Amino acid sequence: MGDFEGAKKRMHEDLPTSSAAQGPHRTGSPGLHIRPATRADLDQVIALDEEVTNIAKPDYWRSLLDRRPGPEQFFLVATEAGASAARILGFMLGEIRAWEFGSEPCGWVYTLSVREDARLHGIGQALFDAMSDEFRKAGVSKVRTMVGRDSRLHMLFFRALGMMAGPYIELEKEL
Amino acid sequence: MKLQISSQLAVFAVLELYARREEQLSVAEIASKYEVSPHHLAKVMNVLGRSGLVRSVRGAGGGYQFAGNARRTTLLDIVELFENAGPAARNDEELAERTGEGRALLQVMKEIDDIARSTLGSITIATMKRLVAQHEVPGKTASALGAGRG
Repeated sequence: MGDFEGAKKRMHEDLPTSSAAQGPHRTGSPGLHIRPATRADLDQVIALDEEVTNIAKPDYWRSLLDRRPGPEQFFLVATEAGASAARILGFMLGEIRAWEFGSEPCGWVYTLSVREDARLHGIGQALFDAMSDEFRKAGVSKVRTMVGRDSRLHMLFFRALGMMAGPYIELEKEL
Repeated sequence: MKLQISSQLAVFAVLELYARREEQLSVAEIASKYEVSPHHLAKVMNVLGRSGLVRSVRGAGGGYQFAGNARRTTLLDIVELFENAGPAARNDEELAERTGEGRALLQVMKEIDDIARSTLGSITIATMKRLVAQHEVPGKTASALGAGRG
């Protein structure tokens, strides 16, 4: 974990909400472009999230994109390459969290959305690969997520990427 | 949770047929690889055939072929052809619900069932094939199903 602190500093310098901050990620598909989200993406992100979840949360997304992201926070969007680059096909949020629940620093993927008409074209996997690259560059070697047991689509997706049950179990209680 | 032998045989057979989906494999061939009873496997293949996951090809060189959708068919789909997995399998509910202790124990057992069911339902044949590749030891054949012989 020796590289972690240095990587945090490096990323902090690299991560304003500007598309110029980080170079685009290479993807397996030449027609696909992965880059950090910018404020100009806000309306599309809000609309896509509402389309997928059926819940409008404009204030939530505005707060995420208006504030300067922390050094371990990543907000990636996938667009078509070329003329249609302005159209967002999907996005993913991730963050490096350390020492919560006794866990060493690891990357967490906590949001993934892909347009319904763009699914089954490797966009989710490209976002996941790009996010994994960011986590690796930051010095962590493990990625985690949390999926509802009944969320078949997300469960199949993350399983297909090779993710297996980790050492923690989520517990909860009605208050 | 422990899978019944029939369920294990079915998973192995489907995985083998998917891995060699350009070929037609006989029951004897599959049974030989996993060192299991061809008689027992033949019964399992009949069930798989009725489900549409495999198809039998008759005639010389005939055998079975994978006929499902590997990216959509999960381990749960296969296992449920042979046994109830998860909450539906609990035949002790009537007894358990008579007392607070019984209901509490039932809640704990259902939690375990839910997790098992969710795990089986989230791993497709295609995902399983990648998992198998991580576990394969070069030059070593399967022999874990000795209990299924005879």
